[in-house]
Amino acid sequence: MSSGYAVIGEARGRHEAWSPARGSEIIADHLAMEGATLPILHAMQETFGYVPQDAVPLIADALNLSRAEVHGSMTFYHDFRNEPAGKHIVKVCVAEACQAAGGNATSERIAKALDCAFGETRPDGQVTLEPIYCLGLCSCAPSAMVNGRLVGRLDDEAVDEIAAECRS
Amino acid sequence: MTARIYVPGDAAAVALGADRVAKAFEEAFRARGLDVQITRNGSRGMHWLEPMVEVVTSAGRIAYGPVKARDVPGLLDAGFLDGKGHELRLGDPEEIPFFKRQQRFTFARCGLIDPISLDEYRANGGYKGLERAIALGGPATVEEVFESGLRGRGGAGFPTGIKWRTVGQTPPQQKYIVCNADEGDSGTFADRMIMEGDPFTLIEGMTIAGIGVGATKGYVYCRSEYPHAIKAMNAAIKVARKAGYLGQRVAGSDYDFDMEVREGAGAYVCGEETSLLESIEGKRGLVRAKPPLPAHKGLFGRPTVINNVVSLCSVPFILANGAKTYADVGFGRSRGTMPIQLAGNVKHGGLFEIAFGITLGELLEDVAGGTFTGKPIRAVQVGGPLGAYLPRHQFDTPFDYEAFTKIDALIGHGGVVIFDEDVDMARMARFAMEFCAVESCGKCTPCRIGSTRGVETLDKVIAGQDRERNLQVVEDLCHTMKLGSLCALGGFTPYPVMSAITHFPEDFGRGHLSVAAE
Repeated sequence: MSSGYAVIGEARGRHEAWSPARGSEIIADHLAMEGATLPILHAMQETFGYVPQDAVPLIADALNLSRAEVHGSMTFYHDFRNEPAGKHIVKVCVAEACQAAGGNATSERIAKALDCAFGETRPDGQVTLEPIYCLGLCSCAPSAMVNGRLVGRLDDEAVDEIAAECRS
Repeated sequence: MTARIYVPGDAAAVALGADRVAKAFEEAFRARGLDVQITRNGSRGMHWLEPMVEVVTSAGRIAYGPVKARDVPGLLDAGFLDGKGHELRLGDPEEIPFFKRQQRFTFARCGLIDPISLDEYRANGGYKGLERAIALGGPATVEEVFESGLRGRGGAGFPTGIKWRTVGQTPPQQKYIVCNADEGDSGTFADRMIMEGDPFTLIEGMTIAGIGVGATKGYVYCRSEYPHAIKAMNAAIKVARKAGYLGQRVAGSDYDFDMEVREGAGAYVCGEETSLLESIEGKRGLVRAKPPLPAHKGLFGRPTVINNVVSLCSVPFILANGAKTYADVGFGRSRGTMPIQLAGNVKHGGLFEIAFGITLGELLEDVAGGTFTGKPIRAVQVGGPLGAYLPRHQFDTPFDYEAFTKIDALIGHGGVVIFDEDVDMARMARFAMEFCAVESCGKCTPCRIGSTRGVETLDKVIAGQDRERNLQVVEDLCHTMKLGSLCALGGFTPYPVMSAITHFPEDFGRGHLSVAAE
């Protein structure tokens, strides 16, 4: 019925619990790639919700790297977490175009509505709030990504919707 | 015949509710027993009208927008499928003044076709460039790109043909084509739009580059903030491979070329070409010192062409229509067209592709229609977080690499972020330093330390503490960063900072004093 590419990010997959066997399986899937480190780290995070500390020596062994190199790569990039995020992940764009469209006030409202500071996971584990530098939605700013779903032209109504979603 | 409608799957349209609109149409068609095909196309680039839905009628395509899910029953009742009247009816989308005024060379198919239909791509001129490249052979293909005058659309403006020549002249060995799709500049979304709306153009451009320089493998390094673009590219690559346009003996020729997408991980600095190469290799995204140039020792130490998405997407047009057609438009040494992105506090925001030479003022007032808040424009930032802030008296500057360099600014990747009179330019200058501090790869001292000291010193200025002396310190820091940094992150952060101080000194720590003086 419909062509083109399909919808993204509506449903949030549940994460698996870490197991060395599953971790090794993921690594094995990527061994044929040149420069497999980032694809493996992404796959780990997608599967487990974060990159478990125990995965680092496995990756290092498989790619013939030192643990320090894998740890170094992992910690360089903002995307990779070393612990699970909250149940809901809200990323709010704080870059210039969103600031030009009143983004600073919106960010404050979201932090208040979620009762969570930027860069933190609320103690009850319900939500993680993060700043993000640009979602490429600069012509419909301010914008956010809520559990993988994009939201543009954030107004009070949208902030309320986000807060409601994060209560579930 | 099955009726057909288009609901953009472009991330900006989706962010404004396009998925909900598509679902509402699907449900309504089912409930009414209508056989209608819904195509998720790219965006035409008129984002204030998104989600902009189009219906195919006997009189051509008719657009409606901005459509909300709750508008769907009313639209159908009003005869939307026949293109009939409704308050959201916009008429022929290509007759909308914002669209009509453009010169769509690179974005010709974006929003027009089903992004992953190879048949529609070919029916609209796709793969004509590749055919010609195959007929010309490698060296002549490179010369064609050189003759077009195409310059890197990522920001640096370096002639693409020279890069290709350099790689082409290295001895035969494993060479790579790397596409820089790490479009991190705030205010830019051209790469995202074309990857989502016309991914085959990028595939074709990279394949032509491969033929040109003798490379058999390509990587698209796309930022993780663009999940829709990654998905569209992967889908299109699969289709192209199945149809013989990627893999061994591309399109039945003697050339081999295949490619894959690599996802970034949230590091802005990886948009810097050498940092990007490190990242594909799996390392920390530390900038490399040049030389050696990537053209000599690039990815995995091999000769590598690394070009921005829009640069590579301009190539199929150049090959298909000839270098001269492309070079015939433009301004000075800036040839061809530039997809300009209008963003921030903007009334008519979106993507506007036009030949170089249009003035900033025309863009801001005539095309963008000013701000959405309705207040006067006070400043614009052109070229992303590393671009200068320009005041009104510079709005007569033509969009051209050299004209911008002359006023200590840059066009970068073509993003224009509009600010109204409520902007606090001291805050924006501080943000530029803060952003540099957060995103610095840490390899060179001017960038790593300079940005942190810059934030601290600007805080003092903003607090009105020793204003003149601290502004002098900021200027010194900027000087050091500009001349001493390894790459454009530290090297260009001084542009937004110094332009804000130069053009808007009244915002820097004078607020309290001048009020008191009055």
